Amino acid sequence: MAVIYIDNVPYEVKAGKNLLEACLSLGFDLPYFCWHPAMGSVGACRQCAVKLFKDDQDTKGRLVMSCMESVRDNLYCSIEDTTAKAFRSQVIEWLMTNHPHDCAVCDEGGSCHLQDMTVMTGHAYRRFNYKKRTYNNQYLGPLINHEMNRCIQCYRCVRFYKDYAGGKDLDVFAAHNNVYFGRATDGVLENEFSGNLAEVCPTGVFTDKTLKEHYTRKWDLTMAPSICQHCSLGCNIIAGERYGELRQITNRYNGDVNGYFICDRGRFGYEYVNSLNRIQHPLIRSHVPEAVNRETLFDHLKPLLSGKVIGVGSPRASLESNFALRQLVGENQFFSGVPETTAEMMEIILSVFNTGDVRIPSMKETEEADVVLILGEDLNNSAPRLALSVRQAVRNNPVEVANTINIPAWHDAALRELVQSEKGDCFIAYPVITKLDELASGTYYISPDEIARLGYAIANFLDPQASAVPDLQGNMQGHAVLIGNSLQKAKNPLIVTGVSLQNPSIIKAAAAIAAALGEGDRKAMLAVVVPDCNSMGLAMMNAPSILNSTALSTIGSPDTLIILENDLFSISQEAQISEILDRSTNIIVLDHLHNPTSARADIVIPVGTFSEADGTLVNNEGRAQAYFQVYMPKNENLRESWRWLSDLKNLRDGTTDANNVTPHDLIRQLADKMPQFTGADQAMPTADLRIKDQKIPREPHRYSGRTAMNANLDVSEPKPPSDPDTPLSFTMEGYKGLQPAPLNSFFWSPGWNSNQSVHKYQMEVGGALYGGNPGVRLFNHINPGDRSYMNGIPPRFKPDKENWEMLPLPHLFGSEALSSLSKGIAELSPQPYVAINSMDAESLNVDEGSILQVIIEGVQYELPVKIKPELPARTAGLPYNLQELTGIKWPAHGQLVKG
Amino acid sequence: MARKLLLEHINVPGIHTFDVYRKQGGYRSVEKALKSMSPDDVVEEVKKSGLRGRGGAGFPTGMKWSFLAKPEGKARYLVCNADESEPGTFKDRYLMTYIPHALIEGMIVSSFALGAKTSYIYVRGEMMPQIRILEKAIDEAKNAGFLGKNILGSGYDLELYVQPGGGAYICGEETALIESLEGKRGNPRIKPPFPAISGVWGCPTVVNNVESIAAVVPIINDGGDEYAKVGIGRSTGTKLISASGNLNKPGVYEIELGLPVEEFIYSDEYCGGIANGKRLKAVVAGGSSVPILPANLVLKTVSGESRLMSYESLAEGGFQSGSMMGSGGFIAFDEDQCIVRNTWNFSRFYHHESCGQCSPCREGTGWMEKVLHRLEYGHGKMSDIDLLVDVSKKIEGNTICPLGDAAAWPVASAIRHFRDEFEWHVSNPKEAMERNYGIGNYADPLPANEVPVAN
Repeated sequence: MAVIYIDNVPYEVKAGKNLLEACLSLGFDLPYFCWHPAMGSVGACRQCAVKLFKDDQDTKGRLVMSCMESVRDNLYCSIEDTTAKAFRSQVIEWLMTNHPHDCAVCDEGGSCHLQDMTVMTGHAYRRFNYKKRTYNNQYLGPLINHEMNRCIQCYRCVRFYKDYAGGKDLDVFAAHNNVYFGRATDGVLENEFSGNLAEVCPTGVFTDKTLKEHYTRKWDLTMAPSICQHCSLGCNIIAGERYGELRQITNRYNGDVNGYFICDRGRFGYEYVNSLNRIQHPLIRSHVPEAVNRETLFDHLKPLLSGKVIGVGSPRASLESNFALRQLVGENQFFSGVPETTAEMMEIILSVFNTGDVRIPSMKETEEADVVLILGEDLNNSAPRLALSVRQAVRNNPVEVANTINIPAWHDAALRELVQSEKGDCFIAYPVITKLDELASGTYYISPDEIARLGYAIANFLDPQASAVPDLQGNMQGHAVLIGNSLQKAKNPLIVTGVSLQNPSIIKAAAAIAAALGEGDRKAMLAVVVPDCNSMGLAMMNAPSILNSTALSTIGSPDTLIILENDLFSISQEAQISEILDRSTNIIVLDHLHNPTSARADIVIPVGTFSEADGTLVNNEGRAQAYFQVYMPKNENLRESWRWLSDLKNLRDGTTDANNVTPHDLIRQLADKMPQFTGADQAMPTADLRIKDQKIPREPHRYSGRTAMNANLDVSEPKPPSDPDTPLSFTMEGYKGLQPAPLNSFFWSPGWNSNQSVHKYQMEVGGALYGGNPGVRLFNHINPGDRSYMNGIPPRFKPDKENWEMLPLPHLFGSEALSSLSKGIAELSPQPYVAINSMDAESLNVDEGSILQVIIEGVQYELPVKIKPELPARTAGLPYNLQELTGIKWPAHGQLVKG
Repeated sequence: MARKLLLEHINVPGIHTFDVYRKQGGYRSVEKALKSMSPDDVVEEVKKSGLRGRGGAGFPTGMKWSFLAKPEGKARYLVCNADESEPGTFKDRYLMTYIPHALIEGMIVSSFALGAKTSYIYVRGEMMPQIRILEKAIDEAKNAGFLGKNILGSGYDLELYVQPGGGAYICGEETALIESLEGKRGNPRIKPPFPAISGVWGCPTVVNNVESIAAVVPIINDGGDEYAKVGIGRSTGTKLISASGNLNKPGVYEIELGLPVEEFIYSDEYCGGIANGKRLKAVVAGGSSVPILPANLVLKTVSGESRLMSYESLAEGGFQSGSMMGSGGFIAFDEDQCIVRNTWNFSRFYHHESCGQCSPCREGTGWMEKVLHRLEYGHGKMSDIDLLVDVSKKIEGNTICPLGDAAAWPVASAIRHFRDEFEWHVSNPKEAMERNYGIGNYADPLPANEVPVAN
């Protein structure tokens, strides 16, 4: 701690920070542009100037940039000093010399950091009366809009895009007041995190192009805290709505999870919510007309629920919905709707996590790793935000030397000069090149089984007690020793693995390495990528997979099969799914969009998406996090799955709930029934939580048009919808102060209208939110010492001339079903292909682009060839889960024939 | 004739070749240093000599060298800053063109002193002929065993590289030069950390001007104490001055520091007076970035003493009535020159050369340029003059690198000393387009304090 004097008042602050961070943490309003809490200081914009005095006798002082000044004991500075204030105002005047007067038509207006800072410094009158410089804007793809004239040259975009996220195609060009931030030529931004430019940019140069298509000012959005649904990491987001349409996703700071950034799939994948393909009414196939009201539906359903009813849960539905289904059908009739291999892998992951042999890191913790080993994951495509964290770990590792020459950790510019291109150790074993390879000290392009064997060999090197790998090739042993040595030396090693390659042995091997690395305080970190947003939650409910061969005998021939938010036809072969569906007399599907499974249903019940429902998800690290309904849909049929299912249970039992069932009630019951969910009820607050007797508003205090927005239908203002399920209200009324962190509907503070206001919600800049970061970690190590997962070393991979090993290759855009329905993402998704290496292409006598017949279990696909020279022999990569390539039962083998 | 240390043999035919240079006693300092001195001895001699950086700032070279960090297992670098591009300065180019081995010799001795195994000469990209000359000189020195492995059997290895500059004035700023040398965009770095701690490739680095490095040769040959005897006070040794403007004999002169300015301008040994029999109006004494001084203040200080060509004397009077030695770019203006136009011209240069990193310089230089353009072309307002003062004052001292100061000083000083001429441009715009203001009544030795501009 250090005592500093700001305008002669002493404050105790944390040492090691810079003065700007200290001032902001203390609640002072000090303007800034180039500094960013995640990216540190470069001292370029000169906006955060304060007067610094030598001691308490010094009255003259000198101007310094507070972001470049280390906090130290007895530091005297002044924010209110007239020279400092005049200078800060002058900086704004400089920046404004070329900034257009287009706030009224700028997408950033109302949530613009530049507007806020301009008001803060008091600059109002311009003395510059010359022509402003203008630029040509670039086409940057369907997701990001470019408007260079607004640029104030803070360099944040290139610092984020190039330095932080590793992008190659955005840079700064030209010099003096003509510098240009963009690509060398027009084109789609290639980086997975380009959407963050819209938040990193302090003004309207980079904006969300999907928002532009249904533009709404921040102050006119109804917003709710939410959780991203498009991978397993559970990034915190804010979802905003107006006129019954979901309009924007922005990052919601969670210091333990996503921090300040989310990926483009998460930011731009929301548009399926507004799809015309949404199911709008309950549908009964045998009824004329098919669309029915609730009474007819219930009348029709009542007899169907009394017989043998089987429920199929979903890895993309909330805990509440899955649990409500389980309650309806009974424990033994509840199955999980995931492929068999996935279920097997999830079981292994759970048993590893339950032993407590490894440390399950949050994403924040992964950034502190000094050596990283990635086994069988292409993180940029399967869990993008984690790739960004791993990048930081590798990038920041050599920074330790900075301490030795007194360069503070926040001094980004100096750190980068010092570190140059040095990186921490990172090893990646994956069949094809991944984007993180450029950071890696070792890359191994090998087949899934070989990845597992490499992993086991490393484990055996680290702990001779672990079983040795038979038949190990010499070079593989060498790699294992190299990686093992590096891991052994590491203070904080991280192993990353996952389910992407559909190979359970890889996960076992990764766990074996982590377990061999250390115990107690020296436990190694093991991060695991799982398929969907609630895969972990569903797996923790311990229901067998519906596709499991033994499950079929349990199912028998049910009267009714209820399928919850799950397109079964996308997860396995049509024949296998049909066999299950054919067994049942009635099929009820609850989902938001029509899909092949709903096409087979007898009864379809429309349900709300994440923006129309409350729920709790468990992410890949076992963190239970709540998401909240954003708006009450006009269509009363779009109800939460758990609400429908609770109603169905009452319908069958002939009961009624005395009170409204809330998500908290469901989670509490879940935790009572299954101890592994103990604590999850704390993630979802009770509906009657009030702060100073008030609910928490979803709408900002400046929400406009409430009395007029429906005037074309009815001149009287409609009664605002009430929310009986959560402590949030659907209006602007309610408690205006700091809310508990999981209930932050938006970040907004007086004078800070943009997302930069987040520091007002943090206990210290860049630290945890007030009341702690949202989410409750669930794993509590119930089975210590069980190492059975370590067995099962696969035999050596032998290229098979006939039977090719098919490798599922995930794609950021395209491999996740719901986001792929968004227009921009669909545009950027790859076309189907089959990837093989050059030698194999030669032996098949095909070139890049030739058509190959790919036959998997009798199903034939005609796909163009893509040559990936690094692929192991006789393996063929297929883009995972593309709309055109669903229904493959993984792991898969197949034949390739020239077409 | 004053004593010459750098250009003593400049008129010897073929001095640019190794053989002739060697015959004239060249590379003696390398032999002396490598054979009979330790690196610390060399640093000590340079410290004793009182040599001050010849690039502009005038920081003692020996002290700069002694700040170089020497961590275990890390390379150290010497970089010669030959990115000479300040308007009015052309002394390094002269030296490199005509006596390149003086620089190579200095580089070897200096690198030895600093323990650098690899050294770079970063030459302004436009100076392609000089780059070729230097490369040829390096080849010759290498063939003669003065570069490469185990130089003169001393066990000391040195590789010397010439790096063509990135084409921007800012790359002459030492940290921007390092960035450019590393292959990056030439934006200055924030100090600290100083290059002496974290410079090229994050390693300890010394960046010295061409002339400073060349001056190490006579220091080692004659000894630091001997060198310190030349010059006056803390301005020791000789200095190359590139004289330009309305002079009878513009060119590069080696002067002994302490020479009276009047003698430098008017004596036949140096510039030979003002051309065409005109009167001297003003002088920019050290390259375009230093404050401009009216004739009376450049010849005599406020206290009436004769102003000398030395770091101290030129700076006497501070910003009110003094200037700076700078890089030795001496520009003389006769009575027919327009100060407003000249200030605009300088401003245009600094605007163009601003790297665009920090706001005051990026936006401020462009704004000053626009205002000055307007004043010069007869559309100015009286308030523009105060606006210029205000903007220049807010730039000064508040930028990452000294380019901001360099852009602000000429404007601020021109208005300080020639305000009447600026006002005349506003009040007589038509006349200002047709004729010059002439010598004017700038002769007030200490103008009244400026009215402070309201914030």
